[in-house]
Amino acid sequence: MSRTGSVMSETVEPTPAKPLGQPLWLLAELTYKCPLQCPYCSNPLDFADHGEELTTEQWIEVFREARKMGAAQLGFSGGEPLVRRDLEQLIAEGRKLGYYTNLITSGIGLNAERIAAFREAGLDHIQISFQASDETVNNMLAGSSKAFEQKLKMAREVKAQGYPMVLNFVTHRHNIDRIDRIIELCVELEADYVELATCQYYGWAHENRETLLPTQAQLERAERITNEYRDQLAAAGNPIKLIFVTPDYYEERPKKCMNGWGEIFLTVTPDGTALPCHSARMLPIEFPNVKDHSLQHIWRDSFGFNHFRGDDWMQEPCRSCDEKEQDLGGCRCQAYMLAGDMNAADPVCSKSPHHHKILDARAAAEQVSEDTPITFRNERNSRVFARG
Amino acid sequence: MSKPELDQTPSLNPMFRFQWEEAQNGHVLLYPEGMIKLNDSAGAILAEVNGEQNCTAIIHALETRFPEAGALGPDVLEFLEVAHEQNWIRYV
Repeated sequence: MSRTGSVMSETVEPTPAKPLGQPLWLLAELTYKCPLQCPYCSNPLDFADHGEELTTEQWIEVFREARKMGAAQLGFSGGEPLVRRDLEQLIAEGRKLGYYTNLITSGIGLNAERIAAFREAGLDHIQISFQASDETVNNMLAGSSKAFEQKLKMAREVKAQGYPMVLNFVTHRHNIDRIDRIIELCVELEADYVELATCQYYGWAHENRETLLPTQAQLERAERITNEYRDQLAAAGNPIKLIFVTPDYYEERPKKCMNGWGEIFLTVTPDGTALPCHSARMLPIEFPNVKDHSLQHIWRDSFGFNHFRGDDWMQEPCRSCDEKEQDLGGCRCQAYMLAGDMNAADPVCSKSPHHHKILDARAAAEQVSEDTPITFRNERNSRVFARG
Repeated sequence: MSKPELDQTPSLNPMFRFQWEEAQNGHVLLYPEGMIKLNDSAGAILAEVNGEQNCTAIIHALETRFPEAGALGPDVLEFLEVAHEQNWIRYV
């Protein structure tokens, strides 16, 4: 079936080559509101322009439908999900439905009582994100003078109350050289998992790429140090797991984005728009909304979710590439941002005719001046993007 | 790592949640942002791990439940060894 026609209706039936996967992972972006202003936020640039948030009942219906379709993991994210006053109730409903419930938070707005209330509601795990291992850099990036102290306090409280805890550090040129200190802090805070997630350049991070992208040397050093810590910690019998996410800007082959478009991952944004990946909103595709359609329809039948399933959509060099099954052409958002065409090969791939854009970004990272300005993620800046 | 002794009592690491998943038609272990699908025998063994039964009791329970399977001792101990290596279980 051709998917290149210019007008596609919402109900075009795909002819999937293999049985449709289950949406194992439901990410509920409860709100775009956030007290922090991290310049690498994955929310859309024009988040301030999006519509009303789903109600408690609408969210619960989403959880119910996704669970029926096989979802087992439920992530509460945002923005800052703690801003939602019905969070306890949403956790309780999610847990009752049988989900493993994950709270993905900055820690701002958390306190011991709320952590206990979430436990009572059945919350399984809390992930706290940090901006850096030292107070000054952390608070500068977060745009808050009290953030770091609060995060430390809450991380200790989360462990004291017996939760599994993941600590997440988005790494970039401003904090990656302190990776040793970051790991030591995580060990000290008794994290179970540590995500050393090299910044991925979407949304606000793409806007700030010049000041965030580390150099190849910085990255190699960080990976080497992480491996040394892994060996040391394992030898000492510490079960902490360090997960090092490399940025695809330093790869020659793209990542298999979301493990395949519409394969296992389903995001619902604050206003109910359903996405196969949390960045996909930037693409020139009209994605369905849970207010208008059942999740079943959205996952199985909607144009947005079917568009990049399989490989019918591929162009050269992907179409005839013998590696296409491994990466499915890479990330559609990156193709759209860097090659100007969401159907193109991800420019991370050295076979892409646009690969030079990645090489240019690497070269630029070698000579960034220290005073390159940072665009913080806040409502005021977002309104500029919404207008533009 | 080595096989557990028969008088050792395994319990599930609280990091993991063990449950039946209808959509997978099997037992799974859920943990932060991840899921491990268990095969039938792994699911049956972990269903007996409750922090109270020692290995002898677990083997006995399974042999009672699956009389046609014969002696299960070696298989159960081998699985528990793997589960311990994977950090799914601890010994009380």
